Amino acid sequence: MKKRLMDLAVIGGGPAGLAAAIEAKKQGIDKVIIIERDNCLGGILQQCIHDGFGLHRFGKRLSGSEYADNCIVEAENEKIEVAYETIVLEITAEKVIYAMSSDEGIVEYHCKTIILAMGCRERTRSQAFIWGTRPSGVLTAGTVQRYINIEGYLPGKKAVILGSGNIGLIMARRMPLEGMSVEGVYELMKSPGGLTRNISQCLVDYDIPLHLSTTVVRIHGQQKIEGVTVAEVDAKRNPIKGTERYIECDLLVLAVGLIPENELTRQLHIEIDSKTNGPRVDENFMTSMNGVFACGNVVTVFDLVDYVSQSGEIAARGAAGYIQGSLKLKEEYTDITPGENVSFVVPQRIRAGNLDSGLPLYFRVKSRDENVVVTAIAGDCVCYRKKHRIVLPPEMLVEELESSSICENAGKNGIIINVTGSVV
Amino acid sequence: MKKEFTCIVCPVSCNLVVEDTDGVLSVSNNQCKRGMRFGENEFKNPMRMLTTTVKITGSTVKRMPVISSDEIPKDRLFELVEMLYKVTLKSPIQRGGIVLKNIGNTGVDIIATRTIKSKIREE
Repeated sequence: MKKRLMDLAVIGGGPAGLAAAIEAKKQGIDKVIIIERDNCLGGILQQCIHDGFGLHRFGKRLSGSEYADNCIVEAENEKIEVAYETIVLEITAEKVIYAMSSDEGIVEYHCKTIILAMGCRERTRSQAFIWGTRPSGVLTAGTVQRYINIEGYLPGKKAVILGSGNIGLIMARRMPLEGMSVEGVYELMKSPGGLTRNISQCLVDYDIPLHLSTTVVRIHGQQKIEGVTVAEVDAKRNPIKGTERYIECDLLVLAVGLIPENELTRQLHIEIDSKTNGPRVDENFMTSMNGVFACGNVVTVFDLVDYVSQSGEIAARGAAGYIQGSLKLKEEYTDITPGENVSFVVPQRIRAGNLDSGLPLYFRVKSRDENVVVTAIAGDCVCYRKKHRIVLPPEMLVEELESSSICENAGKNGIIINVTGSVV
Repeated sequence: MKKEFTCIVCPVSCNLVVEDTDGVLSVSNNQCKRGMRFGENEFKNPMRMLTTTVKITGSTVKRMPVISSDEIPKDRLFELVEMLYKVTLKSPIQRGGIVLKNIGNTGVDIIATRTIKSKIREE
């Protein structure tokens, strides 16, 4: 078996992994490799041909492919090694990665540090619990996106979309341009899962109806899907008898959420946050295993690729500090805890002694609110305070705490993040 | 005449109200100047970016993702996409290369958004 000694192995060559590898090189880490299972870099960005990416990072509205290209060109300039079409089978607690490709067979990478950047996966039919037969023509929105934008196939002529997440909305707009019809978008919840402006520019622009509190209750067809039955649901999300309606279609698109892809993380027995479904990370995006970092959508599903890249850079600086021995690993952690109307916070804990500049906090609210104030409370001291006119669950909040303002005497309760209503 | 639009400039998604009083437009419910401009344009002549893919031969990649160099009239999207589906590109093509100049006399070019080499990797 071929054996390689690496300073840093990055698992996944999407935007998170690319940003991490590039920053690691800039930090002076020498032997860096990206292990990528596809035959090209860029990850899911390559199939995101629509624009709206990179406003924070590059100061303009790029398409997903352009954003990916920017990162790939930079990785090429930094001469970063990439193992393409290579899948990681196992990582051990000694930081040995077993990876396999048809070119090289199984290769052992002995690493000083590892950055996990595997991204996320879509929820499938089996996770959405839909009754009926199991015909072809039931696809996730991302699969439809790949068929249309990368492979150049039309996966159907008449589509029904279940779920109003952003990928579903983006595909609702894409399909009519390719000559397909979209019968409607059905959303189980009372409010849309995607951004309001996507409802406007993807559904309203193309006269596609959005049916809230309605879901697909049955799939019909033997070999190929022939139709679906939809029904309205009550407050407990149970279908209401008598509201069923049959819709003929040859494609059901599922846009029912994303889950961080953490099989490798779990294999390492790294602590997982039950709220994010990703590893618990600290101020350097280091997981519960020293020297193993995580970034991007494997940690939590971010709204913007700009944040994903930012998290990759933070992890890379952490990895550099770990290799150089400059990270304080013995200091007690201070927890950062979601408080009022906050569903989760990333990072979940910090060592204030490792902070040299600001500490970005990524979090979401549980429910929509107006005229709110975000506070970070440590003991009886308020170390951060900012007003927001409107907060929504589909809109991730990012607040940067100054390291000097983080109180040392946070105590056992740690730092609590609150989003409270009616600013006084 | 009075119309309502959801502003798509930024995630705040303001619910704009645009009123036409004898040819003079007034935008309300916006929170910024960009929203005001969007509201006026949306009332007079709605514009959108165009992104799609174009057929490409000679590579393992089969579709070239493309973008318009600027916004184009919303009501011409389908017509202009139709023109792009008649185009077949040949690799290699560099990102930023012009796929179709001045599409449909809009003054807007269609640009390649990805570098596609003849073969993505040597076999």
